[in-house]
Amino acid sequence: MSEQIYIFKGFERFWHWSQAGLIIFLLISGLEIHGWYSNFGFEKAHDYHVIAAWSLVGLWCFAIFWHITTGEWKQYIPSTKNVMAMANYYLFGIFKNAPHPHRQTALTKHNPLQKLAYLFILVVVGPVLWTSGWLLLFYDVWADWGLANLSLGLVALAHLLGAYAMLLFLIAHVYLTTTGATPLAHIKAMITGWEKVH
Amino acid sequence: MQRVMKLVIALCVGWLALAGVGIAHAKTNGSGTADHTKFKELQQEFQSGPEVTKACLACHTEASKQVMHTQHWKWEFVNPQSKQNLGKLHVINNFCTSVQSNLKGCAGCHIGYDAMTDKGVKDDPNLVDCLACHATAGYSKPAGLGGNVVAKNIELPPGSGTIIRGQNLMKIAQSVGKTSRKTCGSCHFMGGGGDAVKHGDLDSSLEDPDKSIDVHMDADGLNFTCATCHKTDGHQVPGSRYAPTAVDKEGALIRGKEGDRNPATCQACHGQKPHKEKQAAKLNNHTSKLACQVCHVPAFARGEIATKMSWDWSTAGKLDENGKQFTLKDDDGNKIYESRKGDFTYGENVKPDYIWFNGDVAYTLRDMKVDKAKQPIYINQYLGSPTDGRSMIWPVKTFRGKQAIDAEHMTLVVTHVSGADNTAYWKNLNWENAIRTGMESAGMPFSGKVDFIETLSQWPITHMVAPKDKAVGCNECHTKGGRLDKVDGIYIPGRDSIPWLDNAVKLLALLTLLGMIGHGVLRIFTSKKH
Repeated sequence: MSEQIYIFKGFERFWHWSQAGLIIFLLISGLEIHGWYSNFGFEKAHDYHVIAAWSLVGLWCFAIFWHITTGEWKQYIPSTKNVMAMANYYLFGIFKNAPHPHRQTALTKHNPLQKLAYLFILVVVGPVLWTSGWLLLFYDVWADWGLANLSLGLVALAHLLGAYAMLLFLIAHVYLTTTGATPLAHIKAMITGWEKVH
Repeated sequence: MQRVMKLVIALCVGWLALAGVGIAHAKTNGSGTADHTKFKELQQEFQSGPEVTKACLACHTEASKQVMHTQHWKWEFVNPQSKQNLGKLHVINNFCTSVQSNLKGCAGCHIGYDAMTDKGVKDDPNLVDCLACHATAGYSKPAGLGGNVVAKNIELPPGSGTIIRGQNLMKIAQSVGKTSRKTCGSCHFMGGGGDAVKHGDLDSSLEDPDKSIDVHMDADGLNFTCATCHKTDGHQVPGSRYAPTAVDKEGALIRGKEGDRNPATCQACHGQKPHKEKQAAKLNNHTSKLACQVCHVPAFARGEIATKMSWDWSTAGKLDENGKQFTLKDDDGNKIYESRKGDFTYGENVKPDYIWFNGDVAYTLRDMKVDKAKQPIYINQYLGSPTDGRSMIWPVKTFRGKQAIDAEHMTLVVTHVSGADNTAYWKNLNWENAIRTGMESAGMPFSGKVDFIETLSQWPITHMVAPKDKAVGCNECHTKGGRLDKVDGIYIPGRDSIPWLDNAVKLLALLTLLGMIGHGVLRIFTSKKH
């Protein structure tokens, strides 16, 4: 009988799943806007994309407040320690039933690789998407902001690259949820807050 | 008692309201303050057009002086940017090709009485045809008289048996009023020699249009006349396509404001942020690159009258088995071949072409060399680019022609097509003779050798503004292969992408997915082993 600890708090779980839903929807509608396929049609896809984007902005206002007031933002501070051990585990150890090198606690809920990945999303992918997305929303006032010479194509390309990075992250992220004590353990933890510890 | 009083008051108010409606109605039927039937000057049997004009000028002392300064009178226009000498008298087009040398026919649309000559317009105030624009009843200018009208029946040409009926000029003169869609349209709907032929966005369906054809001219709605937008001052009608306003960055034009702004632009009434409803901000930010007409004139020739899309003169001249000229028509009754004119194609509900346009137009004039290796050549080319900072995307009708050139001098030619004489092409189907006469009238050299060249002309699409629910939707441009597919220099979401990048990411996503699946399979496999 393995030990269970309470890792993910109520708001955190709400934030995670609503953000997941919004990001997946932003990807679906965004890729349609970009012309990958046709479902809603450009006009509706664009409308929905904007609504979802503003919803995400709203959600983030709460999330930022929560992270600051609870001190949880520290969870994303990276360390180089054990990064190689984690990579080693995913590449080899996991197949040999080797013990998980990271001991999850409420204070260190992300393993070192996770921290790096999330930090990359937070520091690179996120800001690229947010900045470019906001610029695209306010295309009509670029001149008033002194940005008349900004290239719409380049801003759109930045937004697209951010979205593509998010898409690749999403695929890997969903898979890695199955690497817990049991394949559904991590997902259960994100729903209930209780994680089985290895 | 109080009740009775209330009823009486209500009835009184009701009656006044009804009377008010009656007055308002009478006003819209004729808002002028003068009844021209009561004027002694107009109660006479006029024998000619100029006699009518003389009578008009007795009261409207400055009218002819004003008219004689206009493009409508002179048929000449020097483009202020290019300095090219344009106007009907000088340009070659790719329809009937030139007014020059064909004035007996073409000047039927001149606002003068046989006033236009190949050398320019006659300087005579009595030759101004007031009725061409101001008659409201039954006035017509027969072809073949250079714009003259007749008060008595005549046979034209003499001996032909064709009778041109004399018009009751007194009645017509007494009918004068403001210009209307019908009076302007009697020439402008007929450009190129027939209804709808030339412009595509101007045809007789606009005489009495419903809202679906034009939201402003809707006869049961706003009922704009041409002059509502082409607000005329001293007979100067603004809004010429010889010097079009491609970009208007100013707000709505206040009435009475001095200045030389073109009052016929959309912005002159609607300003710069015209969209007020759903998606207003997104739509308004399209106005920096798109002319309003791009979305709001979704197609031209929408009034069930086909417009000509091409004209090939090089096939003209065929005769039937009896050696006579013949005509072929399509199922809709449109002429697709005439011996005297060649082959035609037509279009209805035509999606325009879209180009960058900054207001500059380059004409190929009759003294300029043409290069057959570069055909089709532009008769008139709308200039502009995404980077010049003063262009917008505009809808145009592109008209394709194939027309005669001087094969030695390599110039477009003036062709004498209409007329009763022996060299007119429509009569004798002989290019050399027709061009020789035409070039002589223009004082141009002609080698005697004839060839044909493919030509393009561009026409602004700006009339036939559709109701907003019929405007071009987002999806028609924000897609690959959409309406703006060929417009370069602008990023259009949904149209533009870097294919290798998209494909690389699709591949990468697939590889990631496969990698994850492989990793998972390996895990399942190894966990069983343990």
